[in-house]
Amino acid sequence: MAEPMISLQGVTKRFPNSSEPAVGDLSFDIAEGETVALVGPSGCGKTTTLKMINRLIEPSGGTILVDGVDVLRQDPVQLRRGIGYVIQSVGLMPHQTIERNIATVPHLLGWDDERIRVRTEELVALFDLDPEFLRRYPGELSGGQRQRVGVARALAADPAVMLMDEPFAAVDPIVRARLQDEFMAIQRRLRKTIVFVTHDVDEAVKLADRICILDTGGVLEQYAAPEEILRAPANAFVEAFVGGERGLKRLALIRVSDIEIEEGPVVTSQTAADEALRVIGSWGLGWASVVDDGELRGWVDPGALQGAPTVGDAATRPFSAYVTAQDSLRRALDSIVTSRTQVAVVASEGQRYLGILTLARISEEITS
Amino acid sequence: MTGVAHLVRLAAEPLIRWDWIGDHLDEIKARGLEHLQLTVLTLVIGFAISFPLALLAHRHRQIYAPLTWVTGILYTIPSLALFVALLPITGLSITTALIGLVSYTLLIFIRNTVAGLDGVPEDAKEAARGMGYTPRQILWRVEVPLAMPVIVAGVRIAAVTTVGLVTITALIGLGGFGHFILRGLREFFSTLTLLGAVLSVALAVAADAALLGVEWWLTPWARTRRTDRATQSQRRPTKETMG
Repeated sequence: MAEPMISLQGVTKRFPNSSEPAVGDLSFDIAEGETVALVGPSGCGKTTTLKMINRLIEPSGGTILVDGVDVLRQDPVQLRRGIGYVIQSVGLMPHQTIERNIATVPHLLGWDDERIRVRTEELVALFDLDPEFLRRYPGELSGGQRQRVGVARALAADPAVMLMDEPFAAVDPIVRARLQDEFMAIQRRLRKTIVFVTHDVDEAVKLADRICILDTGGVLEQYAAPEEILRAPANAFVEAFVGGERGLKRLALIRVSDIEIEEGPVVTSQTAADEALRVIGSWGLGWASVVDDGELRGWVDPGALQGAPTVGDAATRPFSAYVTAQDSLRRALDSIVTSRTQVAVVASEGQRYLGILTLARISEEITS
Repeated sequence: MTGVAHLVRLAAEPLIRWDWIGDHLDEIKARGLEHLQLTVLTLVIGFAISFPLALLAHRHRQIYAPLTWVTGILYTIPSLALFVALLPITGLSITTALIGLVSYTLLIFIRNTVAGLDGVPEDAKEAARGMGYTPRQILWRVEVPLAMPVIVAGVRIAAVTTVGLVTITALIGLGGFGHFILRGLREFFSTLTLLGAVLSVALAVAADAALLGVEWWLTPWARTRRTDRATQSQRRPTKETMG
């Protein structure tokens, strides 16, 4: 394995006026380009651990290496300028324009105006921000917009490492889901080494490559990929912490394209009515998809085929919902349980028919 | 007898003799400059003393209570008594006036500056620290600018108070427009008293308005917020709520 980007070795933190350590002898490594979630109940030291990496909190013992260098050997101010930092409450400077906020660290690093301007433009494009926002003040933006600016600001000087403390907790669930998706898309392109704290197991499962589960006192309970934590929790604590619906949470991690799907009942517009009836009968769903040259037209049932010589003469109705190959099995499951015939139709974005997914097939996947 | 004579004269006098005012524009201007000079000097010296003390009290909380205690006592001393008490030491001088006037501004400046710094959002300071601001940069680039509206509000209160108090320094031979008030009272000359009072009030209002302008100019971020919030709520959901 390559040299880790971040390495915690026997890290301890004792606060004054407290007999028990907040973090006790914690060791784990984070590889370059990896996204790691620190989760655990309140008091587990997850935020303390995060803040020790950029020395907002000084460790009482142990060693923290970032890119192979001991953070305690560096000037804390210089160290922090080299690490992106995002907090729950965003903390944009209310008295500075969005443009100036985004350019905070480049300014601290003494970049010239032209370099800052070019970088700001890049970030505006990367985050799909409205360039008009740049001249506005944080007070004029919505919570979600502010949070995006906060992440853009953390990336401004292109740090290799980003620390995020409950980055999406302050916005409503709909905006949060959108920000998470956007974050994942950006991270797929940038491959930064990211450590984030969350109390939301679902968020950790969704965003992280590995999850570090801590118990009170900063005790490491399990450090593994989300799929593994859900499939094989290391102990009773982890099992209780990740909570019920482990199966459902795992479904969220698997994409429709990851599993085999069935062909399903398919007819074309040219198919004769009696042949169509036979196809419908053989699958026993009570309908068939109408697909011409790979394109999904809709569906027909025996009622619609009555008196029509071919499928093309019968009334074809569009599907009210279908899932795509990129959707998660959880989303597919939702589509299945809300459909009349307990089947999800899978198509690509361009209405290309791919097949059908049944409850039995998903169940088979999750228990295998 | 003289009292009666005065009363007779008073009855014969109109409330305001515009011709007197017309004949003494130069003196009025000179007194106005004196009033302005005393006010500005008081505010500058008062702020110069208070601001570092406020920064100190903000950093080291334990000195805040004694500081407000001392300046609070200064604030409660009747101005007349203070000027009289200083006379044997500093005499009929501008120093006497400034010591008195400045001591009244200290509590106002210190309280407002500390309150302003206390009101700076914690998240802005934490983010600044996390991004690598030095403590000095956090003070000058984050805390002081964000405390500015409250600090300027203190300057406005101090300015209005000082303009009023300057009139009392007429008793030690200064007073700006206060000079007219005092003379008017001594000579039962209502024109002078009214003139002094009206001009003093006008100066206080003008100073307040000017400082409001300074605040507006210093805090561009606070300007747009209210209006834009209002229009934003009417706007359709923007970017972030769309794909």
